[in-house]
Amino acid sequence: MPDEESRDGETESISRRDVVVRLGVGACALAAAGSAAVTLDFLEPKVLFEPQTTFVAGAPLDFADGTVRFNREQKAYVIGTAGGVYALSAVCTHLGCITRFRSEQRMIACPCHGSQFDLEGNVVHGPAPRSLPWLEVSENASGSLVVETRVIVPQGKLFRV
Amino acid sequence: MRVSLASRVRGSAVYRSIVRHGTTATNRNRSLVVFENLFLHVHPVKVREKTLRFTHTFWLGGITLACAFILFVGGIPLMFYYHPSVPQAYRDMKELQYVVDNGVFLRNLHRWAAHAMVLVAVLHMLRVFYHRAYRPPRQFNWVIGVLLLLATLLLSYTGYLLPWDQLSLWGVSVGTSMVKEAPFIGERIRFYLLGGNVVSENALLRFYVLHCVVLPVALLLLVSVHVWRVRKDGGVQGPAGAERKNEP
Repeated sequence: MPDEESRDGETESISRRDVVVRLGVGACALAAAGSAAVTLDFLEPKVLFEPQTTFVAGAPLDFADGTVRFNREQKAYVIGTAGGVYALSAVCTHLGCITRFRSEQRMIACPCHGSQFDLEGNVVHGPAPRSLPWLEVSENASGSLVVETRVIVPQGKLFRV
Repeated sequence: MRVSLASRVRGSAVYRSIVRHGTTATNRNRSLVVFENLFLHVHPVKVREKTLRFTHTFWLGGITLACAFILFVGGIPLMFYYHPSVPQAYRDMKELQYVVDNGVFLRNLHRWAAHAMVLVAVLHMLRVFYHRAYRPPRQFNWVIGVLLLLATLLLSYTGYLLPWDQLSLWGVSVGTSMVKEAPFIGERIRFYLLGGNVVSENALLRFYVLHCVVLPVALLLLVSVHVWRVRKDGGVQGPAGAERKNEP
């Protein structure tokens, strides 16, 4: 139909077949996108049976100046100083191995790739790119120290005893 | 006239319904053997004799494929004795080694074939690179090859977690920490990959499904396209000089 085609010289004419094909392709694309979204949502676990992220470290008086306690399950150190108590993540910032406190050298070392940290979490020796994060320490109703391993606090923020 | 059993079978209606071409040793029939077989038709019907020589390609692609075949066939019996759960996975691995008849052979075969496949696939890539066989018209097959290398490495890596020993656990801790470093979506990918925030039973199950279903299917599809493209792109290309010498 030349009349229809020349009605608007700027835009090219679209046949009925084209419209139906594009509708079909569009519907399929929409369904595929929907399926992808639903699948992605399906793959995200909604309930996790993982270890709790908080733990009771003990009474404040247990942490005299120089005390370092390692909690294996929660992967954290709780360290007592003259000014107060702080908690340090024991997960190496390099690739996630669990570091160890070396009591004779008073430092923290990673067995996987040899990173070393001081007791404030600063990197003494690579390859770790960042210092160990400080974790939130608070007090519960019975006066015991509670560490929340998911909350990172600025370095130097002591829990005053 | 005595007719041999083999030729009676080949002449039977059942056999002829499966294999249409005749049994006579003509060039046409030899071509039909390849043409009319689903598994063989990905191959070229005719190849030059010199391209079959060991020094032409060092058979690296074929050896990689043979490794993949060993891994597919040998992996299935291993699955009969393996539960992807904690702590059963580690016990099953030990049971395979010390209790199951030929279990240690199958496990070691799977392990060594996996190591060999990664090594030979890399050598195959080097061979293709130095023979300049990645150039047109084979450029797309190079891309397929890169995807195959990726699938091979991922298969190797997901298989690493399955014994659930110290090496596995820390290997996967390290690997998924690397994933976390991807910009913006790293944390998200790690969460989906592990099915949680820590390397746990969820992670073991996810790696198991990836290792036994998702990645093998992907590899099989890609290998099929890869071999078929070799045929479509004019057969294997060896050293560039060898081609020119034979040109009239």
